Amino acid sequence: MAPALSVTGLHKAYGAVQALRGVDVEVGAGELVGLLGPNGAGKSTLVKITCGLVRPSAGEVRVCGAPAGSAEAHRSLGYLAELFRFPDWATATELLELHQRLVGSRGGAGERGELLELVGLDHVPTRAVGAMSKGMQQRLGIAQALVGAPRLLLLDEPTSALDPAGRRTVRTLLERLRERGVGVLLNSHLLSEVELVCDRVAIIDGGEVVAAGTPAALSHAGGVEVETAAGTRLIADAARDDVPRIVRELVAAGDDVYGVRVLTSTLEDAYLAAVGRDEQGNAT
Amino acid sequence: MSAPAEPVRGSAPIEPPGEWDAALLVARFALRESLRRKVFLVIALLTLAFLTLYGLATWQAFDAEGDLDSTTSTAGVDAGVVVGATLAGLAMFAILFLGTILAVFLTLGAVRGDAERGLLQPLLVRPMRRRTLLLGRWLGAVAVCVPYVVAVTLASFVLTDALGGWWPDRTLAPLAGLGLGVAIIAALALAGSVVLASTANGIAVFMLFGAGLTAGLLGQIAEAIGSDTLGDVAKVTTWALPFEALYQAGLAELTADTVGFTKLAISLGPFGGAQDAGPGLWLYSLAYLGAVGALAARAFARRDL
Repeated sequence: MAPALSVTGLHKAYGAVQALRGVDVEVGAGELVGLLGPNGAGKSTLVKITCGLVRPSAGEVRVCGAPAGSAEAHRSLGYLAELFRFPDWATATELLELHQRLVGSRGGAGERGELLELVGLDHVPTRAVGAMSKGMQQRLGIAQALVGAPRLLLLDEPTSALDPAGRRTVRTLLERLRERGVGVLLNSHLLSEVELVCDRVAIIDGGEVVAAGTPAALSHAGGVEVETAAGTRLIADAARDDVPRIVRELVAAGDDVYGVRVLTSTLEDAYLAAVGRDEQGNAT
Repeated sequence: MSAPAEPVRGSAPIEPPGEWDAALLVARFALRESLRRKVFLVIALLTLAFLTLYGLATWQAFDAEGDLDSTTSTAGVDAGVVVGATLAGLAMFAILFLGTILAVFLTLGAVRGDAERGLLQPLLVRPMRRRTLLLGRWLGAVAVCVPYVVAVTLASFVLTDALGGWWPDRTLAPLAGLGLGVAIIAALALAGSVVLASTANGIAVFMLFGAGLTAGLLGQIAEAIGSDTLGDVAKVTTWALPFEALYQAGLAELTADTVGFTKLAISLGPFGGAQDAGPGLWLYSLAYLGAVGALAARAFARRDL
């Protein structure tokens, strides 16, 4: 079975600007992959090429085995853009109905009702988009992306306008999609969110994948900090299991130990290290 | 937002619509937008005002024609035909302008404008070719503009007949000329929307419309001073912008069967004179429409959004 998304050697140039420089990414069926990177790193370009909105300069993108941009690929994907708008005069039901017809879904009113219930808009099916809050519009955007049961879901900042409860529900929804074998590429600046739900993470900077792996692998141990009479020492290659041995050795050597701290790097640390920024956002 | 109790729906069979069905879906959605935004209501009210003014002018003109008739009839000129045809010609000019405004405003931001606002992307990721979206938007605009110009032109003919007892020698050709003319203008505006931002596109299309009017005016000047060069320039420009040629052909059909001094006394249209055109113009206009559509589709297919 073809992966939900396969990106190989993808390049994109806008004139003299190289937006992507040989990106390789794969999202398997039922896999949740987070896409991280600073503004202008090339994340949105990658997503847009996958959607067929932008043409690649070189490389190959396949959605469920079909070339990106083809009708077959479009049939298999759902997309929520970061900066999207729906016609403000249309109601939630009208909008979903249009997308159902365009994608050829026969789910009818049942599918519309289920999707609206899923995103918590089942009480306002006839409300016009223009009368909805930004959060409600984002929920409608998620429902729209799910029309026709896509096998690949591309979500660009899907929770940016949602409250904490809404974010939690999206996480639950993503987990359910994973159970059903839907591949998800999640583009988000909320690292904690990505860390919580994603199976793998790809960090892009300057149009290249600079780090990739599971959140656990990227958030590796950061060493052990020991405070003695002589000052604070960092033992970079040590982990929690090494603490008793370190303390024993220091005491045996005659040092007084005042404190020990196990350092663990978070995904945020890994991200900042990968994109060459310190905690203040300065280049390192 | 509630936590989903049931699995996300995943069994809806997928059978995307054919290209024509998808275009009709887009067109219907565009029409619904026009309806919901009260475009039709505004058009109806303003058109009523236009027809009221036209009726008033027609009534006054035919009232004055009674005084002229005794003088002109001895010279072999039927003043009633001159007045009726002149008024109908002016109405056709005004209606072409109104139809142009409609066509431009319904299409000027269809691609780049909608893409910049984020309206286009959710539609384009559906299994639908980009050219299908263009076709749908054009059909949606044409479904408003063409019936509009046909209905208002017909209404002006009815008013002219009711108030002055004059009816055009040909009815269908002027209506078809204006209808096809605004369909071409809608296509030009849609094609422009692929490459130009909304404001720039609107300005460009209105300038093209103005260029067409100028071509008609040049033709009249060329005829008056007997300049072949000016005449050729007018002819080439008119054919390059066939909505003008269609309008001129429509004008000519108003008095197609009128002969003698009456025919000589009639000068139709404020800018463009009536020009006879054979079936070649209609075939050429349809080919032109197809070429504009093909170029727009090609440019859209290559555009990054």
